[in-house]
Amino acid sequence: MAQASRERWIAFLMVLPSLILIGIFVYGFIGWTGSVSLSQWDGVLPNYEWAGFENFKELFSLEEGGISARRFRIDLWNTFFFTILFLLVCAVVGLMLAILLDQKVKGEGIFRTVYLFPMALSFVVTGVVWQWIFAPGTANRARGVNALLDIIGLDGLKWKWYTDTGSLGPFHYALIPVIIAASWQMIGYTMAMYLAGLRGIPEELREAARVDGASEVQIYRRIIMPILAPITLSALIVLGHISLKIFDLIFTMTGKGPGFVTDVPGIFMFETTFQGNHYSQGAAISMIMLAMVAVIIIPYLIYSMRRQVEL
Amino acid sequence: MRTTRFSPSRIAIYLLLILFAIIFLIPVYVMLTSSFKTFAEVQDLSKMWSLPSSINLDSFKAAWSGIPEKGLRGLNRNLLNSILLTVPATIISSMLGSMNGYILSKWRFPGANAIFWILLFGMFIPYQSILIPLTQTLAFIGLGGTLWGLILVHVVYGIPITTLIFRNYYAEVPTEMIEAARIDGAGILGTYWYVMFPISLPGFVVVIIWQFTNIWNEFLFAVTTLQKPELQPITVALRNLSGSQIKEWNVVMAGTLIAAVPTLIIYILLGRYFIRGLLAGSVKG
Repeated sequence: MAQASRERWIAFLMVLPSLILIGIFVYGFIGWTGSVSLSQWDGVLPNYEWAGFENFKELFSLEEGGISARRFRIDLWNTFFFTILFLLVCAVVGLMLAILLDQKVKGEGIFRTVYLFPMALSFVVTGVVWQWIFAPGTANRARGVNALLDIIGLDGLKWKWYTDTGSLGPFHYALIPVIIAASWQMIGYTMAMYLAGLRGIPEELREAARVDGASEVQIYRRIIMPILAPITLSALIVLGHISLKIFDLIFTMTGKGPGFVTDVPGIFMFETTFQGNHYSQGAAISMIMLAMVAVIIIPYLIYSMRRQVEL
Repeated sequence: MRTTRFSPSRIAIYLLLILFAIIFLIPVYVMLTSSFKTFAEVQDLSKMWSLPSSINLDSFKAAWSGIPEKGLRGLNRNLLNSILLTVPATIISSMLGSMNGYILSKWRFPGANAIFWILLFGMFIPYQSILIPLTQTLAFIGLGGTLWGLILVHVVYGIPITTLIFRNYYAEVPTEMIEAARIDGAGILGTYWYVMFPISLPGFVVVIIWQFTNIWNEFLFAVTTLQKPELQPITVALRNLSGSQIKEWNVVMAGTLIAAVPTLIIYILLGRYFIRGLLAGSVKG
């Protein structure tokens, strides 16, 4: 017994360094950022004088005519539309590619490698390349995709891509090229998740359904899709939290864009904090980003934890 | 196999797969063709999608060593920085993850499970929410603006994912092996060293590839902690290159290739393990 309790202590001591580091660098720092967000720190030197929720008010109250509130409202809408469309494209195209690859195709390994390689690249590389591809050029000197559309005779589809300032309600068209770039990078992830799920379904199950006279479409709708549902949940949560905090890709590809058409909270936070020295405002933005991510991640972690305890 | 080889639906499947493969490869085509062109050729917008008229390596030379008279910095120094940053950070965080994963899967002391979830949450936070204290703290402990500071950052924020992957990996190891070692008189550390570590190679391959790729590709921590251009890793330098006033797109595209090649080589050679890391990222019970 003494032996066992001594070993428990050794076990605890072995994870203690990590626990302390995460305790400070994650939980301690979040608390610290929280206190900055409630302070008057607005310059190079720290200033922790109490400001209450002034920094948050400034981000939300449009009455005071603040440019910050207008920018932040656009950021939240952009994040909303970016997230919805990005998740939709990744889920639909990823599932489609996984199902296609699951049809015992020749050269499956090559196709898989091609669909997945963007995952190995930096968002910075992706941003730089797609910036070049979607650079619109001018009306008579088309560039990038516009030049390609000229070549294949679809020049009616030419537009200003990420420099376009048009919008449908709060949805800025300029987000479309950014969503394409982000999806190009992450579709491989959903495809790999779905493919692993499909491969986990025993062949006997499908065979049994075929014997019972089910068509291939019915097998997918009635048997395979329900099995893939939890995978969809995991994939969407992983991609969703990436999308809510996205920074590198958009910062490199388009920046905030004309009239903030491609701005997101991550870019606003970076610029206002590290280029404008408005630390308390940057802290407030980051706390809102944390809250948005926590709302989807904490329930997911609790759900995963419960499922694990049951096992 | 039930389906016949050349039924219309088989042909449709292959056509779709090939179409998507072409779409996925468009950026690679642009990177490769642009980087082999001369500046004059890349300026001619009507030829953006055509093959280079000849294989010209000047843009790689310029991206690698810079063009001092145009104020263009080369990426060679930054590539070295990326290596000096990524290699130690990857090794240290993998070791930490391996120890944590071993303890949290095989030595479940009271509260071990809670500790696991407390660590894990750190992998999902938006790093913006810790950046201000982080830069302040690094400056305070004298690591501000140094590669060592950035290495520390990647080690700390790598703990959740490396612990998660190793915990799932060690969970598959039969507990009898541990018990046998204990009967032979080995303690916690002895069991780790003589029983677990020797069978950890596949786990280490997955974690090392994952950490290497992520740290190599990372941008936000690097751009906020390192201001000196000669200390920045390649992602930050590449962004500066593409953001500079005189945009020589052939040089920029050559730069993206230089930045992408190390992780691409690993992916192509060890893709199987890369995918395992990818799938491990979505918390499994």
